[in-house]
Amino acid sequence: MTLDQPKYKTTDEVDFVVIGSGAAGGIVAKELSENGFRVVVLEQGPYLTEKDFIHDEIEVLNRDFLTNHPDLQPNTFRKTPDEKAKPQRAIAYGRLVGGTSTHFTANFWRFHEIDFKERSKVGPVPGAALADWPITYADLEPYYTKVEWEIGVSGQAGASPFDPPRSKPYPMPPLPVKSGGVIFERAARKLGWNPFPAPMAILSQPRPGRSACINCGFCLAFACEVGAKSSSLATAIRMAEKTGRCEIRPNSYVHRIELDANGRATGAVYFDAQRNVQRQKAKAVVVCANGAETPRLLLLSANKQFPDGLANSSGKVGKHLMFNSGALSVGVFEHPLNDYKGFAVSRILHDFYELDPDKVGFHGGGGLDARFDQTPINFALGGLPPGSPRWGKGFKDVLSHNFTRTVEILCHGTSLPVANNSFSLDPDVKDAWGLPALRMTYKDHPDDVKLSNWLNVRAAELLQAAGAKKQWSFPAGEQEFSVHLLGTCRMGDDPKTSVINSDHQTHDVKNLFLCDGSSLVTSGRGQPTMTIEALAFRASDRITALAKRGDLST
Amino acid sequence: MDSHLSRRGFLSQSLTGISAVWVSTHWPAMLSAATHAREAAKSASPAIFEFFTPEQASEIDAVSSRIIPTTDTPGAHEAGVVFFIDRALITFAKDNQKVYSEGLLELQARAHELFPAVKKFSAATLEQQDQILESLDAQSKADARNPFRPSAGAATFFETLRVHTISGFLIDPDANKRGNRDGAGWKAIGRENEHMFMPPFGYYDKDYPGWQPNPPASDKPKT
Repeated sequence: MTLDQPKYKTTDEVDFVVIGSGAAGGIVAKELSENGFRVVVLEQGPYLTEKDFIHDEIEVLNRDFLTNHPDLQPNTFRKTPDEKAKPQRAIAYGRLVGGTSTHFTANFWRFHEIDFKERSKVGPVPGAALADWPITYADLEPYYTKVEWEIGVSGQAGASPFDPPRSKPYPMPPLPVKSGGVIFERAARKLGWNPFPAPMAILSQPRPGRSACINCGFCLAFACEVGAKSSSLATAIRMAEKTGRCEIRPNSYVHRIELDANGRATGAVYFDAQRNVQRQKAKAVVVCANGAETPRLLLLSANKQFPDGLANSSGKVGKHLMFNSGALSVGVFEHPLNDYKGFAVSRILHDFYELDPDKVGFHGGGGLDARFDQTPINFALGGLPPGSPRWGKGFKDVLSHNFTRTVEILCHGTSLPVANNSFSLDPDVKDAWGLPALRMTYKDHPDDVKLSNWLNVRAAELLQAAGAKKQWSFPAGEQEFSVHLLGTCRMGDDPKTSVINSDHQTHDVKNLFLCDGSSLVTSGRGQPTMTIEALAFRASDRITALAKRGDLST
Repeated sequence: MDSHLSRRGFLSQSLTGISAVWVSTHWPAMLSAATHAREAAKSASPAIFEFFTPEQASEIDAVSSRIIPTTDTPGAHEAGVVFFIDRALITFAKDNQKVYSEGLLELQARAHELFPAVKKFSAATLEQQDQILESLDAQSKADARNPFRPSAGAATFFETLRVHTISGFLIDPDANKRGNRDGAGWKAIGRENEHMFMPPFGYYDKDYPGWQPNPPASDKPKT
């Protein structure tokens, strides 16, 4: 795994330092090293591998075995800029080599054409800073295909009538259907909708060095012990290591990017495992630290030339934070589904991807999926119908009956970009390294909440059509926590309103690139990682072209 | 061991070529780690407590047995929940020690207050025990705090014990936390004690004919 890696000296000026090893960073490291460049990846978390991955709910869900730890890296939260933010956990992300891709659900929806040109298609939305992307679906299509084939996505091409055009089928068939998926499919058909096999970044067939999914049932929030989940750890990182030109340096917490007198980035400054400060020199820097840590790093890197944060002449670094809206309905059925077996999702539908604002009275769209992503303790503490007994025989009876008979319908939808929704540096709270904590300011656009509740009515209709013996819905409210961290260094042609151009190059610093959830201009309809990875493949092509032209060394 | 053998069998079926190499290099380590954890769990002398006194342990065992009683399926007692909590209190739930030592005193006081003849919780009848716990539960805040990461205003004793009991009942038996002995908790909720499954998974996907496209729009029912 970590064999055959070069060990670069921090004083060696490598070609690229890549900050972060998750969905985007892993692919950027792979592509740049395969293209002949010398790459150092700085990852703040540890380098764990399959043998370290466990099904212990307490360590993984309660004690942040794989995720950012709120005691070490606290967050603060407020709804609006005029409030003082309070300490509160606001985000969770994978803090290990492979990042959040190690523990995600692995729903791999492509964005649709509408997601790239929504502003020009639907016009302005009051209270939202909706903008078109500087690229289109067609620009990204070859890279979506690359993700499917090189990283590994299971699915069935052409199964959804709403799918955007594609140049190639999926490289492998969909994962097996779950009982919850069958229930979902039959009920949706009854209602005249178009359910289809979920595209998932989980292997339905083995690939070199990786097992097909063994349906262990510890999937969302857990890292895969057989390499079936197509994380960067199981895929791109290993391909990068194979080149012999890429060093993965874990336990390296980057907190500053420095510029030389000519305004060029000189590398990255980080704390090593012993909390000593190190400086890795590089010809160019690519930040893939996620939609929260990327803007935070730029803000931490403020200097004389950029007093408001590096590459922040636009003032847009950290702004336009989007989550994806969501709502949940739950059903209990007569016979055992045993949906605790397997990955989370086997069937989805996209009939509501583009809703007509004139008809529904709000902007946006979304999709529904049938899932069971709850592990036993989690389910016992939070998965029973509202009002169920919390202990005693009554509790045990409901728990024992429902665990095998429950399915959830999760609604995923648009998050509109709102200028005030942001990540910034908290003026008071510090992390364990003495750096300012991340402060989240977030209040859902009212349309996002309306959309979620509208979709949740469809979810409830579906459960009813499916003949659920019992069903309930959680009304969507304003969100204060997310794992989807999007839009905070948005891409655009205008340096006054965006942070990076369509090459992922910052408008302000020519050899500084950003690529991750922060690059997104719109949120899509709920599943951003596929698009983040396609962008990472495309960004790597653009960066390679610029570097080969010599544009990064002047 | 049967379950291990079947895992191995399934893996070799589902893998080909170089991936089989990956498995042969990695899977034995995983199996032996799991086996080791199981053997260690079995060989741990159940009489030894690391935090509780034997008297405290029988009180905790009695309370957790009312939170998840033994019915026609195993309860907290059979799953060895008291051993899980005992281990938790000297490891990941160290910060809860005070909640327990004070809570046990409170439990005894409440038992005595409600039923003056009762000297300790475990000596009360089951009906009395439930009444004592109901009275403690009434004090618990409905909002679920995380007892594994106590902060200002830690959860009450009963709520902490409730969450710990459920956790010790349902934790992965291979997690090396002395909980869910022999998968008793999973058995009670109908989860097979395996980490590898093959479809069909349940009742509704048994006879699934495979995904078919929707009929043309004209044949579809109107929405």
